[in-house]
Amino acid sequence: MRIAHRIRLLAGVLALGLAAAGCGGATVDTGTGPAQPSAGAAGSSAPAGGGTVKIAVNPWAGYEASAAVITHLLEEKLGYTVEKKELAEQVSWEGFETGDVDVIVENWGHEDLKKTFVEEKKVAVEAGSTGNKGVIGWYIPKWMTDEYPGITDYRNLNKYAELFRTSESGDKGQLLFGDPSYVSNEKAIIENLKLDYKVVVGGSEAALIESATQAQQQRKPLLFYFWDPHWLFNKVELARVSLPPYTEGCDADPKKVACDYAELDLDKIVSKKFADTGGKAYELVKNFSWTNEHQNAVANDITNNGMSAEDAAKKWVDANPTVWAAWIPK
Amino acid sequence: MTSHAPPAPPVQASPPPLPRRAVRLPPWAPLLAGAAAATAAYLAFRGTATLPHDPEAAPFRIIGDVRAWADANRNQSPVFLFFVNYVRLFVGGLYDVLLTVLTAPGWAGLSGIATGIGLLAGGWRTGLLTALGFGSFGVLGVWEASVTTLALVLTAVLLSLAAGLPLGILAGHSARLRRLLDPVLDVMQIMPTFAYLAPMVLFFQIGPASAAVATMIYSVPPAIRITALAIRQVSPSAVEASVSLGATRGQTLRKVELPMARATIGLAVNQTIMMALSMVVIAALIAAPGLGSDIIRGLTRADVGVMLPAGLAIVVMAIVLDRVTSSAAARPPYGAARPGKARALSASRLRWLCAAAVALGGPALGRALPEEFPAGLVLRLAGPVNEAVDAVTFSWYDLTEAVRNLTTEALLNPLQTVLTSAPWWLVAAVVLAVAWRTGGPRPAAVAVGCLLATALIGLWQHTMETLTTVLVAVALTLLAGVLLGIAAARSPRFAAVQRPLLDAAQTMPAFVYLLPALALFGATRFTAVFASVIYAVPPVIRLVEDGVRNVSPAAVEAALSCGSTGWQLLWKVRLPMARRAILLAANQGIVMTLAMVVVGGLVGAGGLGYDVVSGFSQRADFGMGFAAGVATVLLGIMLDRITQGAGARPSPRTTTGKKRIA
Repeated sequence: MRIAHRIRLLAGVLALGLAAAGCGGATVDTGTGPAQPSAGAAGSSAPAGGGTVKIAVNPWAGYEASAAVITHLLEEKLGYTVEKKELAEQVSWEGFETGDVDVIVENWGHEDLKKTFVEEKKVAVEAGSTGNKGVIGWYIPKWMTDEYPGITDYRNLNKYAELFRTSESGDKGQLLFGDPSYVSNEKAIIENLKLDYKVVVGGSEAALIESATQAQQQRKPLLFYFWDPHWLFNKVELARVSLPPYTEGCDADPKKVACDYAELDLDKIVSKKFADTGGKAYELVKNFSWTNEHQNAVANDITNNGMSAEDAAKKWVDANPTVWAAWIPK
Repeated sequence: MTSHAPPAPPVQASPPPLPRRAVRLPPWAPLLAGAAAATAAYLAFRGTATLPHDPEAAPFRIIGDVRAWADANRNQSPVFLFFVNYVRLFVGGLYDVLLTVLTAPGWAGLSGIATGIGLLAGGWRTGLLTALGFGSFGVLGVWEASVTTLALVLTAVLLSLAAGLPLGILAGHSARLRRLLDPVLDVMQIMPTFAYLAPMVLFFQIGPASAAVATMIYSVPPAIRITALAIRQVSPSAVEASVSLGATRGQTLRKVELPMARATIGLAVNQTIMMALSMVVIAALIAAPGLGSDIIRGLTRADVGVMLPAGLAIVVMAIVLDRVTSSAAARPPYGAARPGKARALSASRLRWLCAAAVALGGPALGRALPEEFPAGLVLRLAGPVNEAVDAVTFSWYDLTEAVRNLTTEALLNPLQTVLTSAPWWLVAAVVLAVAWRTGGPRPAAVAVGCLLATALIGLWQHTMETLTTVLVAVALTLLAGVLLGIAAARSPRFAAVQRPLLDAAQTMPAFVYLLPALALFGATRFTAVFASVIYAVPPVIRLVEDGVRNVSPAAVEAALSCGSTGWQLLWKVRLPMARRAILLAANQGIVMTLAMVVVGGLVGAGGLGYDVVSGFSQRADFGMGFAAGVATVLLGIMLDRITQGAGARPSPRTTTGKKRIA
């Protein structure tokens, strides 16, 4: 009697489970309650409570600035709720598949990921340029160029390797790198150009900024990985080391890279689901486009002026109504 | 390492024969000879048979291919469709339900209910602590993140207990199952938290479900171990009596064994929760929401102001959960004989009433109060904290820089050069000799096997780099631990001051220790060393203190009556007799240090920890990160086997809880 009851119960549970998954087993995007993107639910009735938009936040100030402004507009002007997810670049892409991420607001190239997630898996789509031009490169403080002639040419780097030695790099010169998740060809470039340098991971954007500031103030030699757009260029005079110039496809094989980084048109990527059902929120993300100066202003407020991302975004939005008015969907 | 102690049978009770030179010399002689031989071999063969790191090693590619397969088949292969994805769905659903339940009553409601539970579990003190604790989440400005973390912890703990308690009961009854489970649990407990994450990503991708599964797997061993222990501790005569009265097995279990094992099983629950809490933070690396996410954000931006509120909230949550569960476990079961039974009964009824009133009052009040935690009550810590940190780092810059560079140049760099430039066979031979000496042939074989396996999976050089950091950290930990332990054993006043500090330190999840280290030293290998020293030193202090204090008074008396001075007493009697405790401390220290050094990959520690971190953030490095997780486990087993010569050794993780050491 009791056993029969149990079997019935078990069968019931199983049947329910299978039914829930459409009898075909569970696929990764089979829904899990409130974690689903529900931005579309709002339809046209914004700003009276839209849905939830999940924005990935990658670990650098420029990205945070763009995300903050989009968040502010979505919440204040369109009535959506925004969930910010603190994730590394490549992990964010995986979030498109699991439903954890709707929007990446500043994507740096990542052609391989586009191939996987946009073309093959079809879980993500491109949502246009952010208007920002992005360049990664190797930098030194400007004062070094006067003192050490020719130092900005990669062919002379070995001559000056001794200058850049630290307790972390041992008998080689140190090339200071940022967050482990950043786009990086450093190891391959060093190896393929036979440079006498070692990549030392500072661990964060903050570590790079602090080292660069010290290098300027205390005239300490420093060679480091950095990128533009960044507010730091307004505060610290930097010079870029010229690596062999970028040519189309020279970075195709990550192990054989021996050239500089390409100048990238930074763009936005959204999940397929969000593009299909995101309504006005998706329109806004698609329309979003600003200049490097705009981004630097907001990022500078967040990092140096003690403002929270929300406050910095509000300040910018209040000061630049003509810029963002064009992004708001009709 | 502390391998120079000769393997003598433990001398505890009888006073030792007074040491004589002729007897003392020989144990050192082979050691010296061995050290000389190793040095000579190193000088002769330096730079040969090294295994430099190759980021293209075959094992990495194979693991990468496995992942590519998993990614491609996630929605096709029956393994995924009918098993893995259902697990993911179920765990995710459970998390969503718990989160909804916890969020529904609002902040006042949840605080009220929690306070009610605290009152019930441990009386008004625990209730008050709970109320203050939950209030502090709001005041710190991390209410939502805290509730999310709590939901994730509850999910993992429920799953752990659902799996762990039945398994523990079975293991308590069956010696065969115990023998089967023991090695598995051993490995699980030595495994650094990081190593759990990569396989989770492989199967369950990122997100809260995956994080909950990782946390569950991490926190299940104490549930199984302590429950099995609890069942075995039930007096056999009670069980026999029950059986002879005709009780069925189920009745005996429910009516005799479980009630009698209640307190210990409560401890199992407590330990499971504590483990889950420390894992949940690290699981933020695979996109677990909550406080961990704030801490990661702070770490990746070197922003202490962002980390501190989240870190404090984690510590508060740990203390509250610890108090509530441990006092619930310690309470005598209802109906147990107490002095003045009638009064006790009415008191317990009163407590129920109180608890119910608070628990209901909270949500009722919540209706009247605003839904969000009032912004006016939130302390904005980030600004002032960052200013303070800047001031400290600026004014201490010369000092911290000097300490860091000295340790790096004098200890880390030379040792790392030796380990990475020595031929692999020489390192293996030294490990074999040391492990043989401390543990005997079997541990030695296991240790060398594990070491060589790290070479096979292509991570020899990075293993050596991590080993360097661990060795330096362990040396510093032991130095500090032994000094403070002896001081505490000699001065009761010092011990009294130190004890609450140690209590607090041992309740904190490992991650929290990275904050001050990062603030002071920036991201370098030394940062990881510093963090692991403060993480691993409390249990070492405790063990040393206990060991030195528990030296038989007869031996002390004998030495004193022979005219020993205080220092002679310490060096010749107390320390040698406390050897066992000190070796155990070394074992504990090593396992904990390794765990922390690996986490230190987040703050510039390099080596295996960095490989793991980079494996999460760069898809191309996934294979290497996965392999590095395995290598940390191998390294952990190796170090454990070398130091477990201390004799019958309680498993490392379960003794880190303060209860079991005291």
